[in-house]
Amino acid sequence: MKKIIHLTINELDHEIAVEPNKTLADLLRYDLKLTGTKKGCDTGDCGACTVIMNGDPVNSCLVLAVQTNGSRIETVEGLSTDEGIHPIQKAFVEKGAIQCGYCTPGMIMSTKSLLDKNPNPSEQEIREGISGNLCRCTGYTKIFEAIESLRS
Amino acid sequence: MKEFDIISTRANRIDTPDKATGRAVFVDDISRPGMLYGALLQSPHAHAKILSIDTSKAEKLKGVKAVITSKDAGSIKYGVSPARYDETVFAIDKVRYVGDEIAAVAAESLDIALAAVDLIKVEYEILPAVLTIEEAMKDGAPLLHEGSPKNLCAEVHQEFGNVEEGLKNSDIIITTKMKNKRQDGAFIEMQGCIAEFDNLGVLTLTSSTQVPHYVQRTVAMVLGMDIGKVRVIKPYVGAGFGIKASANPMELACCILARKTKKPVKMNYTRDQVFMLARARHQFSHTITTGAKKDGTLMAIKHECWLDGGAYTSFGIATVYYTGSLLGGPYKLDNMSYDGYRVYNNKPACGAQRGHGAVIARAAFEQQLDMIAEKIGMDPLELRIKNMMETGDTTCNDLNMSSFGMSECIEAVRKGSGWDQKKGKMPKGKGIGMACGFFVSGAGYPIYRSDTWHGTVIVKLTEDGGTALVYTASAEIGQGSDTAFAMIAAETLGIPLENVRLASGDTDMGVDLGAYSSRQTLMTGHATKDAAEHAKRQVLEVLAEQLKAPVENMDIRNGFVEFKGAAPDFSELRTRYIKEHRGWIDNPTSEKLSFKEASRIAFLERGSIVGTGKYKPHNLGGKFKGAAVGTSPAYGCSAQVAEVTVDMETGQVTIDKITDAHDCGKAINLTSVEGQMQGSVSMGIGEAMHEEVIFDKQGRVLNHDLAEYKIVTSMDMPKVEAIVVESDEPNGPYGAKEVGEGAIMPTIPAILNAVYDAAGVRLNELPLTPERVYNAIQEYKEKNKIK
Ligand code: FES
Ligand code: FES
Repeated sequence: MKKIIHLTINELDHEIAVEPNKTLADLLRYDLKLTGTKKGCDTGDCGACTVIMNGDPVNSCLVLAVQTNGSRIETVEGLSTDEGIHPIQKAFVEKGAIQCGYCTPGMIMSTKSLLDKNPNPSEQEIREGISGNLCRCTGYTKIFEAIESLRS
Repeated sequence: MKEFDIISTRANRIDTPDKATGRAVFVDDISRPGMLYGALLQSPHAHAKILSIDTSKAEKLKGVKAVITSKDAGSIKYGVSPARYDETVFAIDKVRYVGDEIAAVAAESLDIALAAVDLIKVEYEILPAVLTIEEAMKDGAPLLHEGSPKNLCAEVHQEFGNVEEGLKNSDIIITTKMKNKRQDGAFIEMQGCIAEFDNLGVLTLTSSTQVPHYVQRTVAMVLGMDIGKVRVIKPYVGAGFGIKASANPMELACCILARKTKKPVKMNYTRDQVFMLARARHQFSHTITTGAKKDGTLMAIKHECWLDGGAYTSFGIATVYYTGSLLGGPYKLDNMSYDGYRVYNNKPACGAQRGHGAVIARAAFEQQLDMIAEKIGMDPLELRIKNMMETGDTTCNDLNMSSFGMSECIEAVRKGSGWDQKKGKMPKGKGIGMACGFFVSGAGYPIYRSDTWHGTVIVKLTEDGGTALVYTASAEIGQGSDTAFAMIAAETLGIPLENVRLASGDTDMGVDLGAYSSRQTLMTGHATKDAAEHAKRQVLEVLAEQLKAPVENMDIRNGFVEFKGAAPDFSELRTRYIKEHRGWIDNPTSEKLSFKEASRIAFLERGSIVGTGKYKPHNLGGKFKGAAVGTSPAYGCSAQVAEVTVDMETGQVTIDKITDAHDCGKAINLTSVEGQMQGSVSMGIGEAMHEEVIFDKQGRVLNHDLAEYKIVTSMDMPKVEAIVVESDEPNGPYGAKEVGEGAIMPTIPAILNAVYDAAGVRLNELPLTPERVYNAIQEYKEKNKIK
């Protein structure tokens, strides 16, 4: 039986009927076509599906859509504004922190959550902030540089 | 050398704004109207006869549109090397590993497809399984494939020079063994695909692949179709590292389901299916004997290796050859022999992975160099310099180093790491080690025997004159090839990078062998340069006619036409251009004639200006059997220094820093080159420190997820100092060559040499788990009577 939920995604209100076993990742990707959020495992191990839920980063493949009733969700699609791409996105592009780009949306959402809470993270805090996001391409070095360049 | 305007800069990649904003489209982001979902039935047994398959219940399930088995897929064999095709889409009489494909279902939803898979009834007769090389080679062991006695998939025997003689003349002879563990590619995007037929019978397969061209050929062959009726499109791909460098059974099953249902069908691997398909780094067991003079001169290598191959050949033939051919260099060495064996067993097939075939041989050999250096009291870095090949040298197995910045790399890491201040002066528990390596810039020959061009490129100038469109069938899988080719096109045409648009990864755009063997920068790069030159020449020819000036006196640079000597009067051309654009606001006012004007005039005179380019390597390498594997138009090379801390009480190894220098010829994009170096180092660290695919006694992968299969995370990645060393490669476009794989070569031995420096122990088995290192330390303490 589907259940009606209300949630805000990138500041847009939604009222959606969802199956009880549908994950937030699948709701975003397949029902709402917000395919910027990626899936690299579906078991909570890779972080590619990271979105921000009520201010905290979550693996959206581990969150059931029904659990998001009344929540505020931010995804990678919500970052750019009329002024252009978000400073985090810009830093990732300019520092060469993106190769295949599959980990990138999740990595950027973890970065956003980190910087929202701690605008001036230490090296260790940066490492911890993205420790749930696996990247097989970059060796993280340029991702660290991108995040360091955003310290205020 | 000519000063470059675009090449060798740090231009932003053209694909990353879309990747950063979530707009870049990967295969699972695509859906098609009326699309069905496919799922595979895979064997739960490592070795079994199939007695019967009953699909009737599955077919009756509501929402199921097709169930296919080998009856539909046929018995055409495919694989990687045509001489060793040993796979069929679905198992016909027996299954050979846990995961072997038996049937597939297409249904209205994935849930229905999975439910239908569960309803397929297969009767098996379980056969004894062999899971190791030893079991597989035993007398009377069950055979996986008819015609492969002792389960020997391939063997190679080579000798260059005279090894016996070389060893006889050596003062120091060292023999060691070295063994790694099976790796997994662990790219973050799991393979997926969508297949669909149009009403004219044309099949389009959109797939997460590194090699659209080879997939196109395999699909056409297996489905019995004209190659011209098969189009393979590669959207953005979440990396591959070699594992996605051949057609996989899911792609083929998906095409057959699409043919049967006349609907688009999507299929994805789950993460455990990625582990089941495998096709990643083999487990290698090396025994290497190296001889040297007491002045450090290397005399001979005797090399034997056993490859744990798994159930099918996949890339294995190439692997077993690469394992031997990429060993002797980058050192001067006249005598080298190699005996390589690849053995089938009932585990998933291994294939190619970054540093194909050569990584563990290097891990063994580069440790031996340190052992020799220690014996003769020489700095290991100096020993390497002493034996280093020079530009223009050829190895005993005929690999020609047409450019070779190896010594520069060594000096760069010596300085970058502070080697001279640190070596031999670090406290117990801290160590420093180094190693070198090299790798091909593209395989000299295609995988199937052919005279084909390895890459073709089209550059079309838009009719308004302003933009160059580059079309290539090459595969951007994360390494930055799209950007590299856009930069090469812009440089060659003489226009700004933002005036180039590039599309790639589509077999309709031409032939390109794809992203493997670190070939694209050199090979597709050449074809891009060739095509851009062709387009530019046409524009300049028209200009020469129009201005009645010699074509040799003109060039295009930074978007403007440059004339040698005084510029001819081009006011008529400008007037003509402006009349064409009545009412436009951007009429040219520059002192110089712009590329846009010139290219527009060229269109008016000749129609669409299209440049075509192509590349294939010149004839390469020796005449001996297997000479084709390892030959390349150019070789990248690198040196690395690792600094480690070993906890002598627990055996825990921490990598403190890696200093890496790589000679990539001319760097097309410096940032991308560094990215490849850092990524290679991280994969090498993973293999050295913790990666290992573990099987249970039934041949099932135990750690089939990214929690238990441990790749490097942000917490354990050390600082990497990447130093780009540029040389001018005569066989490369603008002097460029590889960086994607060579940079992994020295990582493992540099770490192992550093561990020895820190703890006095030589490890000959990976990964360096605390337990393994602890045991080695205990053994060392006992032997040396240390408390
Ligand atoms: S897809 Fe959610 S953590 Fe990997
Ligand atoms: S860029 Fe490929 S996984 Fe991070």
